[in-house]
Amino acid sequence: MADLAIDPRMELNPPLVQGGMTYSDVTDKISSIVEGKAPKQWWIAMAVAVPLALLLFACLGYLVTTGIGVWGNNSPVGWGWDITNFVWWIGIGHAGTLISAILFLFRQKWRTSINRAAEAMTLFAVACAAIYPLFHTGRPWRAAYWLFPLPNELLHMWQNFRSPLMWDVFAVSTYGTVSALFWYVGLIPDLATLRDRSTTPIRKTIYGLLSLGWRGSATQWRHYELAYLLLAGLSTPLVLSVHSIVSFDFATSLLPGWHTTIFPPYFVAGAVFSGFAMVVTLMTLARWIYGLENLITMKHLENMCKVMLATGMIVGFAYGTEFFIAWYSANQYERFIFLNRAFGPYWWAYWSMIACNVIAPQFFWFKKFRTSIPAMFILSIFINIGMWFERFVIIATSLHRDFLPSSWGYFSPTWVDIGTYLGTFGLFLTLFLLFLRFLPAIAISEVKGVLHQQVSAPHGVPAHGGSH
Amino acid sequence: MNELIQLNLSSLTGRKYWRSLNQLADTPEFRQWVEREFPEGASEMLDSGSRRTLLKLMAAGFGLAGLTACRRPAEKILPLSKGVEGYVHGRPLHYATAVETCGIASGLVIECNDGRPTKVEGNPRHPFSLGATNAFQQAMILDLYDPDRARQVQKQGVKSSWAEFESWWMEQSAKLGDGAGLRILSSRSTSPSLEALKAEIAKKFPQSAWIEYEPVSFDRALEGARLAFGRPLVPHYRLEQADVIVSLDCDFLGLDTLSAQPVKQFAARRKPEDGKELNRLYAIEANFTITGAMADHRLRARSSDAGAIALALARELNVSGAELKVLSQGGDRQQKFVAVAAKDLMAHRGRSLVVAGPRQPAEVHALVALINQALGNTGQTVVYTRPAFAAADTLGAVQKLAEDLAAGRVNTLFVLGGNPLFTLPAGPDWAALFRKATVAALTFDENETWKAAAWQLPEAHPFEAWGDVRALDGTASIQQPQIQPLHGGRTALEIAALIAGRAERRGHGIVRSYWAAQWGAQAEQKWKQALYEGVIAGTQFPLEEAKADAARVLAAAQSALKPAPAGIETVFYPSWHTLDGRFANNAWLHETPDPMTKLVWDNAALLSPATAKRLGVKDGDVLEISSGGRQIRCPALVLPGHADDSISLQLGFGRSACGRVGRGVGHRVEGLRAAANFWFGPAEARKTGATYKLVTTQEHHTLIEPITGLKRHNIVEEFSVEQYRHRAEHGRHEPHPATDLFPEFDYSKGYQWGMAIDLSACIGCNACMVACNAENNIPVVGKEQVSKGREMHWIRLDRYFSGEEEDPQAVVQPMACVQCEKAPCESVCPVAATVHSPEGINEMAYNRCVGTRYCLNNCPYKVRRFNFLNWNKDIPEIRKMVFNPDVTVRMRGVMEKCNYCVQRIEEKRSQAKAEGRRPIRDGEIVTACQQACPADAIVFGNINDPESRVAKLKQQARDYSVLEELNTKPRTTYLARVRNPNPELV
Repeated sequence: MADLAIDPRMELNPPLVQGGMTYSDVTDKISSIVEGKAPKQWWIAMAVAVPLALLLFACLGYLVTTGIGVWGNNSPVGWGWDITNFVWWIGIGHAGTLISAILFLFRQKWRTSINRAAEAMTLFAVACAAIYPLFHTGRPWRAAYWLFPLPNELLHMWQNFRSPLMWDVFAVSTYGTVSALFWYVGLIPDLATLRDRSTTPIRKTIYGLLSLGWRGSATQWRHYELAYLLLAGLSTPLVLSVHSIVSFDFATSLLPGWHTTIFPPYFVAGAVFSGFAMVVTLMTLARWIYGLENLITMKHLENMCKVMLATGMIVGFAYGTEFFIAWYSANQYERFIFLNRAFGPYWWAYWSMIACNVIAPQFFWFKKFRTSIPAMFILSIFINIGMWFERFVIIATSLHRDFLPSSWGYFSPTWVDIGTYLGTFGLFLTLFLLFLRFLPAIAISEVKGVLHQQVSAPHGVPAHGGSH
Repeated sequence: MNELIQLNLSSLTGRKYWRSLNQLADTPEFRQWVEREFPEGASEMLDSGSRRTLLKLMAAGFGLAGLTACRRPAEKILPLSKGVEGYVHGRPLHYATAVETCGIASGLVIECNDGRPTKVEGNPRHPFSLGATNAFQQAMILDLYDPDRARQVQKQGVKSSWAEFESWWMEQSAKLGDGAGLRILSSRSTSPSLEALKAEIAKKFPQSAWIEYEPVSFDRALEGARLAFGRPLVPHYRLEQADVIVSLDCDFLGLDTLSAQPVKQFAARRKPEDGKELNRLYAIEANFTITGAMADHRLRARSSDAGAIALALARELNVSGAELKVLSQGGDRQQKFVAVAAKDLMAHRGRSLVVAGPRQPAEVHALVALINQALGNTGQTVVYTRPAFAAADTLGAVQKLAEDLAAGRVNTLFVLGGNPLFTLPAGPDWAALFRKATVAALTFDENETWKAAAWQLPEAHPFEAWGDVRALDGTASIQQPQIQPLHGGRTALEIAALIAGRAERRGHGIVRSYWAAQWGAQAEQKWKQALYEGVIAGTQFPLEEAKADAARVLAAAQSALKPAPAGIETVFYPSWHTLDGRFANNAWLHETPDPMTKLVWDNAALLSPATAKRLGVKDGDVLEISSGGRQIRCPALVLPGHADDSISLQLGFGRSACGRVGRGVGHRVEGLRAAANFWFGPAEARKTGATYKLVTTQEHHTLIEPITGLKRHNIVEEFSVEQYRHRAEHGRHEPHPATDLFPEFDYSKGYQWGMAIDLSACIGCNACMVACNAENNIPVVGKEQVSKGREMHWIRLDRYFSGEEEDPQAVVQPMACVQCEKAPCESVCPVAATVHSPEGINEMAYNRCVGTRYCLNNCPYKVRRFNFLNWNKDIPEIRKMVFNPDVTVRMRGVMEKCNYCVQRIEEKRSQAKAEGRRPIRDGEIVTACQQACPADAIVFGNINDPESRVAKLKQQARDYSVLEELNTKPRTTYLARVRNPNPELV
């Protein structure tokens, strides 16, 4: 992408910001979303999201007061939609960090208009994901603090550090913390912009407190850039580690279908895949609601489609590898579990996964699909669904028929399973809509840095044009 | 004052002595003073006559205080092995007793915790339990605390009392005269005391009749003996002596014997290490029973074909010398089967045995007696005694009762035990007939019969009441109460005493006086001995010389036995869940799956895959089955290995008047069971189009995987005798040593607990499952939750079919936590709630568990059970009395599983410590499943002691670990199933 700036032919390498926007245009445009009245679409979306979020709390309340039995979990399928949703939401979160940190380190300038929203998405997805490890336990009132190595009167001992679930606790909480910090640090200059544009004392106070006294001085910028770079460096291994560790929940067990060494890279690729799909879904919506066509350009969207194509292919390759290894290992249980996925009682889940994850992204080979908003929206939804099925297939189909045929079973979700899952959408959307409403959804300062990206930026660090 | 004195003095004549002037004046003050004992101001009781009252109260108080201890001196119960002397609070006491089910008695030992019976074990001294129990006996303890028991004497639903009932009877009895209007309908009893009372009643009311009716009995065997020997005799099998056994429609390991004895005898010959040759079992049956699953060769045949097969066998064995009628040829397979079995029987004359099932008509039993005689088995593998009850034509007597009732000849009808309105043969409108007499029903629960009775009397549980029973061979036992009747119930014995007009109407007195009369001078000593041991020595019946009259038997058989009619037939079987309906309110039994179908909380019409296909039904399709103008509806369940054109129906379901557990559970099939087809008979079946949800704990999965068609090895190992010998000679295959990431525990020191389960001996009778329920406070979850896969059994019986679908073999594998040394559950628990003990037990710390269920997912044996909901919610107070105080009741959200009855290990450990820190002896610790097991298939002990039984078993060539390649190193290993097929039939 570095040669993007050098190439004079605009048609082939269009500028990152279009429509001849100026610095003040960028500030006005982005700030107006926060400052102006919420559009009707926002209210409609909230009207959907908030009741769903309330449904989540209702379902969780029912769950905690009654027991895990309100879900469809059983023996042998000890984990069902709970962990499926957990892994799915964690996966969704990956794109945020990837876009923010890794693309930042690789100097991918096109990330600037989408990184803020993607980071927010990460945070909210991690919040949704974190619900499950806690609430899927039989006694969440204990799990809430027994899973952390805190001194307490009841355990009188350390947790079991051999358990991948312990690793999960650390991985997810670290990821959540670093993502939040990264996101917040990135927000500071923009919060200051909003503070300075505030017309009411309340806004001024709140944004003032949040912007931590940002003045936009050169010294501040110097420290800020360094801090941002360091956080990006810190986040980057997390993108790989979190989902690797989540995959250990499965890979370190001895269950056929779980017990595979391919899981860490396969899970990370899948996470990026699903994360980008979710970013595309949300960005196309945000672009439509707020008219951000000049900031979130077709170039951004097309790049994301390419990432989906690439990671989709990795995921597809992993599916194939799993089957090959199952055959090559000559392990009877391993062979059976994979054939059972494709041809057993859950065949429909397996082939849904293949259709959504392997076949759907193939359309992105064609520029026509990569540049069509409806096409990419629909395909991204398919990928979201497919990636959910992937986790369901891994979890439920491996569990439902393991070693002893006497103990084979089947998993069917209950309305509480479904309600909880829909509820997390509600929570996610509510948080995301609130974010759109009250915080700059696009990094103003960073976009300004790439406003004249047709002119080469030799040192590569985003040029900063002050906050006003 | 002076005037008064003067007056008094003047009124007196003669010399007058006075103490004081006051006395002289005789003032009221003086009089008061005289009456007062204590000077004014001293404390006193204000109540007049207080001292007297006080003394009275004190005397009464002492008397009442003494009363609290009255029961023991009055009705002395004695512990089997541990005295009340030196009683330690919190440690259980064990008392011997006995119970009878369908006229078959077993000796038991009941564990009582602080006066509360909590657990049933077999009495090792009793010849029919030999220390083991069956599932029903294990579950009886739950019935004791059933909150839905009959609790109150009622007169047509209005609260009454025993006193009112007794005064009613006094009046009624006076009106009855010679008793022409009196009928007593009771369940079968072997009680000698009751027999004496019956005689008294017959004397007092010569025209009355006492009818004994059992819906499940072996009356037909007695009839067969009557035909063969001229008198009703009970056959006693000595299975341990038999090298070849042919079972003709007889589930002698399961529901057709109801005691542990035949299982013990049979299993003793299925263990190749014991040096004895393995026996060989040929089973001919319609339903696939657990006896069929143990068979080396099994022939599917309808129950109505058994007669033809018995004749064919007799012909092959040439029992008569004359040519015998051929009823039906049967298929090639049948002919060959019979020929080979006959040859095998001939080759083992005197060491073989043919048994016939209780469903078979008398002629088949007689024929079998004749065959055994011809084979020289009589006196060797089968002996005969007289029955412990008066054998009678029950169905005829019941028919007579119906006629008497219809004709208005019955004025008073006593129902003593059972639930006749539910179980009596279909045909007469029993409910209407019962309304024609005054019915006094003594029933255990508020069942159909109770609801229809004028006098509703609560029956005492066998664990609450005195009584006596006789085992099949005559061995008598005293039934000793473990607790005062919880709801003031009485027994049939006590009601009979009332009817007989005895002064002594309490069970203890009745039983004691009966036996005192038998024993004479030594009564006191013998009584104590009987209570202590649980059996009365020397009460066995003498063996009877039995010589079958061949001509009579063959003539009867040839004339009575008919070729089986074509078309569908129905066969009635007792149920593993309710037996005949008596356990219908027992949740433990409902949730313990049927051994073969794995069905819970229901009964079903079992049929073969071919018949199901012909009728166009699959599992859960409701069938309408009709016979003799009567119809029932019952959902179909396909059972591989079932005979074609035969439908097996289980009795005891669809109870309309029942407690909250059993009401409306299953489908009542008794409506089809007329006297003419009491056990089996032709019927028609039709698909109705309706469906019904049947829930099983296990699908019909085999060890052959679907999709790939590969067999799963390392789960169940089976050998033929030949293969076993080869393996024993060449030693077992040792697995490659596996490398481990985690360091090894040091298992070389101290006790290292382990278990060996013998698949060759295990018959899959469910006793271990129910015993585990009782011992470990395992909750019941109900049909709906079982359908979701949430049953809580710590030990389960995995049943696998192998071979062709129509005619498979089956093998049963008990599966509880195998206590892996490298436990996959342990490493994944984030809070270390499941950890290893230094003695090799994978222990659950319920308090620490947060319920991630990761351990369940990672357990390759899927033996972990999760409390998905609060299964112990809303348990009635009385039901809580059954809980074992040594075991925690688990809350929702935690995982649980087998821990080798760690509470029993600790109990013995502390006992050994108290007895001078001696080591725990081998065999001292017995797990609940092991103790209940009638086949001795489960052995537990210290594997670090090379001399222990379990360590020796683990050295056997057929010892293997399930899923050995996973390197979990289970402490429970299995001994492979060894079959003994006849090479001629393979």
